[in-house]
Amino acid sequence: MHNDAVISLSAATAVLGSRPVLRGIDLAVQRGEVVALLGANGSGKSTAVRSVIGQVPLTGGSVELFGTPLKRFKQWARVGYVPQRTTAAGGVPATIREVVSSGRLSRTRLGLMSKTDKAAVEKAIALVGLADRAKDSVSALSGGQHQRVLIARALASEPELLIMDEPMAGVDLASQEILAATLREQVAAGVSVLLVLHELGPLEPLIDRTVVLRDGLVTYDGPVTAGEALPGHDPHHLTKEDCHPHAAPAAASPVPTGLLT
Amino acid sequence: MLTDILSTAFMQRALIAAVLVGITAPAIGIYLVQRRQSLMGDGIGHVAMTGVGLGFLMQTSPVWTATVVAIAGAVIMELIRWYGKTRGDIALAMLFYGGMAGGVLLINLAPTGSNANLSSYLFGSLSTVSQEDVTAIVLLAAFVVAVTIGLRRQLFAVSQDEEFARVTGLPVRALNLLVAVTAAVTVTVAMRVVGLLLVSALMVVPVAAAQQISRSFTVTFVLAVAVGTVVTLAGTVASYQYDVPPGATIVLLAIAVFVALTLLATPLARRRARAGHSKGQDNAVAPVAAKV
Repeated sequence: MHNDAVISLSAATAVLGSRPVLRGIDLAVQRGEVVALLGANGSGKSTAVRSVIGQVPLTGGSVELFGTPLKRFKQWARVGYVPQRTTAAGGVPATIREVVSSGRLSRTRLGLMSKTDKAAVEKAIALVGLADRAKDSVSALSGGQHQRVLIARALASEPELLIMDEPMAGVDLASQEILAATLREQVAAGVSVLLVLHELGPLEPLIDRTVVLRDGLVTYDGPVTAGEALPGHDPHHLTKEDCHPHAAPAAASPVPTGLLT
Repeated sequence: MLTDILSTAFMQRALIAAVLVGITAPAIGIYLVQRRQSLMGDGIGHVAMTGVGLGFLMQTSPVWTATVVAIAGAVIMELIRWYGKTRGDIALAMLFYGGMAGGVLLINLAPTGSNANLSSYLFGSLSTVSQEDVTAIVLLAAFVVAVTIGLRRQLFAVSQDEEFARVTGLPVRALNLLVAVTAAVTVTVAMRVVGLLLVSALMVVPVAAAQQISRSFTVTFVLAVAVGTVVTLAGTVASYQYDVPPGATIVLLAIAVFVALTLLATPLARRRARAGHSKGQDNAVAPVAAKV
């Protein structure tokens, strides 16, 4: 089982400043699996995701991507990353096409863009429904459209694994539906997904497994159970502290590292 | 009049230097603006003063000593940005003012140096641009152009979203250092024309002017370089004709272009907003209907 994991985080600990943010978590995403990472603000879910791609150095434990230790991992074109952002804009105007093109750099590196590369960029823009706006400046877009641009940028390298940090934050309903549809196509094509979510929302039907973090520890790792029990609500395995006040109090106690897998 | 200007040897050198500054300063400046580090050029300019002072003290060409010291300063600034845990601004302030004070001190220690010499580096002085300076400027400018155009896609990505760029596997730290070094080189290219105190203006103002009317990075880049070239040439000629300081003239011209383009941009933006609005509405609805 371990060999087929696209992401494998074991006994991971991390510190931000002097505060321990990850206190020993295990997290694996198998090939073709869609895993949602849930938890309250400050539970460590963003840090967990950022440690997977090397943005946050681990103080203990290990990360592997496609079975290769992170330090030796070089095939970044296989990974599409959507960072937590409210905007795709920088200090200088840029078009949607220019921003999405930078997602292709994991394949072209220091070289030039070939016809195949350009076609992949156009395809990624079309996937998020922005084809007719490719020449528009990203600064003219709505919050949801910004998020679609960031996802197109991640898709431009035609990745096998998508890592998304709160892709639905600040996204209007119309864009949420488009993002869900885009993701559905990717999953159908066999792409594995790890995403941080605040609530399951319209992505719920796509998700194979949820992992809930609390205070830097995994408190739940298993199938989405809330869908049947509480349609339209947050999963009942989230405690009050984890999520909303009306969630049912059926939480497991925090499980230290190594006991879950 | 033009033949008159072109027949003077020092004006030929001045115009070559001016064009190269007009091209290189906005070409690297656009990445600094994109990273929201518009004032980095100013900091490097201050540090370069120590290099100028060192050149006088060692009685060698101040362009080369300024280049070395500016590069060292830019690299230190980049390192502070990486490792600076708290109060990075204080560390940078030390570097800036230390560089400026060092320059003033060294030039006064030098046998041939005086504050008058320093002044020509602070505010630019076309009439004193030597053949040796022009050679140095051409070489340095070639480096800046090669980097800013040759690696534009990579530098764009790193300056747009550093975290994302790292996940594409780009050598982000090396590229950041390259931007810092290129900015330092540009400062010394521009120092004889606009002067160290105004060099940052030529990195930032043409870019700010260009982005008033452009929607893409490529167009902003081309337009900024065009604005930079036009104002440096016009400023140089004006400086010769009316005996005004070149640096100040060039910078004020650039600001005038900025104001003009800003005024032009308002009706343009309104028209685009109208066009974009109808297009945006179509777009928001159509894909949902198609896919969901």
